[in-house]
Amino acid sequence: MTTTPATASTPTPASETDGGVVPSVQIGSYTLESRLIMGTGGITDLAALEKALVQSGTTLTTVAMRRYSPETKTSVFSMLERLGIDVLPNTAGCYTVKDTVLTAELGREALETSLIKVEVIADEHTLLPDVIETLEATEQLADRGFIPLVYTSDDPAAALRLEQAGAAAVMPLGAPIGTGLGILNPHNIELICSRAKVPVVLDAGIGTASEAALAIELGCSAVLVASAVTRAQDPTAMAEAMRLAVAAGFHSARAGRIPRREHALASSPAEGIINPLDTLT
Amino acid sequence: MIPVLTIGNSPVDQTVVRGPMPNVQINSEPVTLDEGATVVAAVAQTTGRELTESGTPADGGRLGVAVALAGEVVPRSRWAATELAEGDELEIVTAVQGG
Repeated sequence: MTTTPATASTPTPASETDGGVVPSVQIGSYTLESRLIMGTGGITDLAALEKALVQSGTTLTTVAMRRYSPETKTSVFSMLERLGIDVLPNTAGCYTVKDTVLTAELGREALETSLIKVEVIADEHTLLPDVIETLEATEQLADRGFIPLVYTSDDPAAALRLEQAGAAAVMPLGAPIGTGLGILNPHNIELICSRAKVPVVLDAGIGTASEAALAIELGCSAVLVASAVTRAQDPTAMAEAMRLAVAAGFHSARAGRIPRREHALASSPAEGIINPLDTLT
Repeated sequence: MIPVLTIGNSPVDQTVVRGPMPNVQINSEPVTLDEGATVVAAVAQTTGRELTESGTPADGGRLGVAVALAGEVVPRSRWAATELAEGDELEIVTAVQGG
């Protein structure tokens, strides 16, 4: 069976798609046009960030909520607004349900969006999600009318619980934030995708384009990439690579990969070999 | 036309008499506001943007700022009606790069 995104009601053979266009994904009431969600951290040069964002083709990009400071004037928010990119506030830096809900409310009020990337971390060393706090925060935010996109561990049981608690999308990590270690447990990611009724977005851990393609091949609807682009030697070139990788992953998932085999299977005919092995002896 | 609010000259009806020049905390920094100052004035002073009474920038566009007073969000629609008192603790937040 081919891995078909949850949103494609009637799977279209890849051969009938026009020019490699990747369809949008529905996350709650929000339509995600590009399956490459970008982050904005990890780069100081705003002009370089702008180039990378444009090259990535992203339509949704994360920001953090922080105290206003005078240096904020040429803000990332006004840049995203100018580029026509939707903003996805996150709750990065929150450790508790209370802080998470307040940060989400401030994000909704400041940026006029119900989208929220729910991120409740357990400690500053691993930055791993605290799934127990995350579950409670997700429930409260869903009740308050948010569209929660929930960052979580690569635990299939936790992903299901978050979906039941009201997550509009579950976002398992491939590896810890900023590590670029790729997808450490592809089996778990595939299992999460196969059972989820909401879109799965691979969040955190991606280090290079092939890993973004793999995420989509495993069944993810989208990927979220920050450091892999913003900290690349050439962020703009990596942004383009990510865009192409997401498209490649989508089309290869829909095309249906061959099964893995233990032994070789010749693709050339066995008949008519010019010098069969037995004539050489 | 929406009247433009200038810092320290709030047109809001000051029915509640409070102590003059309240000392408040904005993002944990001590700030002295003018008598009868509202959240609009505090945001205008912090961001350096001229704001209308409805809390939107006078020059158009979006402000991208939210306010919490004592840990509760003050919706923009209530900024002009929310007067600040001595000892109030405000958080004024915005979007920054991250995630």
